[in-house]
Amino acid sequence: MRPTLAVWKFASCDGCQLTLLDCEDELLALTGRIEIAHFLEATAAVGEGPYDVSLVEGSVTTPEDLERIRHVRAISRKLITIGACANAGGVQALRNFADVREFASVVYASPEYIETLADSTPIAAHVPVDFELHGCPIDRRQLLEVLSAHLTGRKPDVPAHSVCFECKNRGNVCVMVAHGTPCLGPVTHAGCGAICPAYGRGCYGCFGPTPNWSGARPNTRALLPWLDMTEDETERVLSTFNVSAFREEPGGGPEESGDDPPQ
Amino acid sequence: MHRRGDGAAFAHTAGPQSWKPFLHRPRVKLWDADRTGEGFEVRDQAPDPPRYAFLGVRPCDLRAIAVQDRVLMGGRDVDPDYRARRQGAFIIAVNCTEPGETCFCVSMGTGPEAGPGYDLAFTELVDDDGPRYVVDIGTEAGAAVMADVPSGAAAGADVERARAEVRAAADRMGREMPALGLRDLMAENLDSPRWDDVAERCLSCGNCTMVCPTCFCTKVTDTTDLTGDHAERWQLWDSCFDLDFSHLHGGNVRASAKSRYRQWLTHKLGTWHDQFGSSGCVGCGRCVVWCPVGIDLTAEVAALRAEAP
Repeated sequence: MRPTLAVWKFASCDGCQLTLLDCEDELLALTGRIEIAHFLEATAAVGEGPYDVSLVEGSVTTPEDLERIRHVRAISRKLITIGACANAGGVQALRNFADVREFASVVYASPEYIETLADSTPIAAHVPVDFELHGCPIDRRQLLEVLSAHLTGRKPDVPAHSVCFECKNRGNVCVMVAHGTPCLGPVTHAGCGAICPAYGRGCYGCFGPTPNWSGARPNTRALLPWLDMTEDETERVLSTFNVSAFREEPGGGPEESGDDPPQ
Repeated sequence: MHRRGDGAAFAHTAGPQSWKPFLHRPRVKLWDADRTGEGFEVRDQAPDPPRYAFLGVRPCDLRAIAVQDRVLMGGRDVDPDYRARRQGAFIIAVNCTEPGETCFCVSMGTGPEAGPGYDLAFTELVDDDGPRYVVDIGTEAGAAVMADVPSGAAAGADVERARAEVRAAADRMGREMPALGLRDLMAENLDSPRWDDVAERCLSCGNCTMVCPTCFCTKVTDTTDLTGDHAERWQLWDSCFDLDFSHLHGGNVRASAKSRYRQWLTHKLGTWHDQFGSSGCVGCGRCVVWCPVGIDLTAEVAALRAEAP
C-alpha cells in the first residue's frame, strides 16, 4: 500500500501548497509512490487518516488553529512544515510587534466578529515538527527532494548554509560587492538557487535566516551597516515574510563570543 | 576600477573567480545506479572533460593551480575529474604589470612574475600604437603554438623593458602580509582575543572559501528520485564556514563563527604547510574583495602579530 500524504493550510496564502501542484512533470511519478489523501486545494475528496506524511502550510493565528494543529499532529506520522508562515509566522507576524486589535479595527467594518490571537506563531511553537522546509514560497525541487528522501528513508539534502553558496556555485558575481546592491544573501538560508542575485537583485531573505551557533540566528547585525540603507529601509527589509525570525536577533547580537559550547 | 586609455588587454587584476570552477568543479557526479531485478547496477562516471586553454592566468592563480595539483592529484588520493581536466589544460599566463589594491602576491612569493607551470607566459608592453607581447615559452606544447603565431625573436631592449615593468609592479602591491613566521604565528595564538573580534564581524557566509583559488573541500551527497529506482552520488564544494562541515556524531564541533574563521585562517596560513608543504595563500586578495563585510586577512594577521604575547 502506498503511504498517504495530507496537505494542511493555516494562516497563509496557499502559494506553498501550489508548489506541490506546480510539480507537473513529477506529479504522476509522485502519485505512483504516494497517495495524496487530503489536499483540499486539489480535490474535495478526502481519504481517511491517520496519514503517513503531513505537509503543513501557514501559521497559527486563531484559537481554532491552536486546536486544529494538535489534531493534525495527532493524525500524522511525520509532520513537515512548508514555507515562511509555518516556520516563522509569516508576514502576518508583523502583528507580534503591534496591537492586533488596532489592526482589526482599521481593516474590518465589524471587528467584534474577528476572533484572533495577539501573535502569529510558527507551527513548531505548538507541536513537534519533523522537518522544516523554508521558502516564500518553498522551492519545487526541494519539496520533491524532501518527499523522495522520506520515501527512501534517507536524510533530505537540504543544506542550511547561506545563499552565497548558491551564488558562487552558479557563477553569479556578488551584487552587493560589485554593485552596492543591498543583499541579505549572506545571512539567508539557501534553497532558492540564488534566483534574485542571478537577475541582479539583492536577496530579500524569503527563506529566513540561516542557522548558526547551534540553531541561533546569524550575525545579521554585522551585515546591516554594509547594506548602505537608511534606518527605515533596514527596518523594512527585515520586516517581510520572516519578520519574527529576523527580529529575534538584533537585541542579542552575535552570540559567538565564546568557544564552542559543550554538546 | 577605471578603464585605461591605452588599449592594454591584460591591465586587470584578479577577477571575481579564479580558474578553480573549471578544474575543480562545484558539482561533480561520481556515479549513478539503477535498480535491477537482482539488485543495483552502478555506473561510475568516467571523466570526459573538455580540453581547456586558459588565457590570462595571473601568476598568483598559476601558483594556486600548482597548490591544488598537490592537494587533488599529488598524493595517494587522486580526484580523477580534476586530474583529467588538469592534464588537458593549456595555460597562458600573463605577468602582472598593474597590481590592485588588494594584491599581495609579493608577500606570498607567487608574483608578479609567473613561476613554473605555464605553457606560455606573456608580458604586455603597451605603446602608442597598442599592445605587444614578450612571450616566455614554458613547454613544447607552448612552443608548438607559438610556431603558428606571427612572431619574431624578442629584441633585447623589449625583454629588458618587460622584466623591468614586472619588477616595478612588485613595488606597487596594495597589501602586504609578511610570510615569515606565519605558520608559528597561527599555531601559537589559537587563544588570541582577535578571534573573538573577527567573529563579531564575520557572517560565516562562506564567500572567502568559495572565491579562494586553493580552497578545495568537498562533501559527498546521495540522492534518489521519486521512484526509488534511481540513485546518484554527487561531490559538491563544501566550506569550513558551513555549520554542517564539522557535523559529527553528537553535533557540530565548530559551531561558533569564531572557531570556523580560526579554522579557515590557521589552515590556510599555518597547518597547510604541515599538510602540503606550502602556504595555502597565494596573495590574490579575492577573499578580501568579496567578503560582504570587508574582512581583510592581511589586517587580521597584522592584528594577531601585534597582539601576540
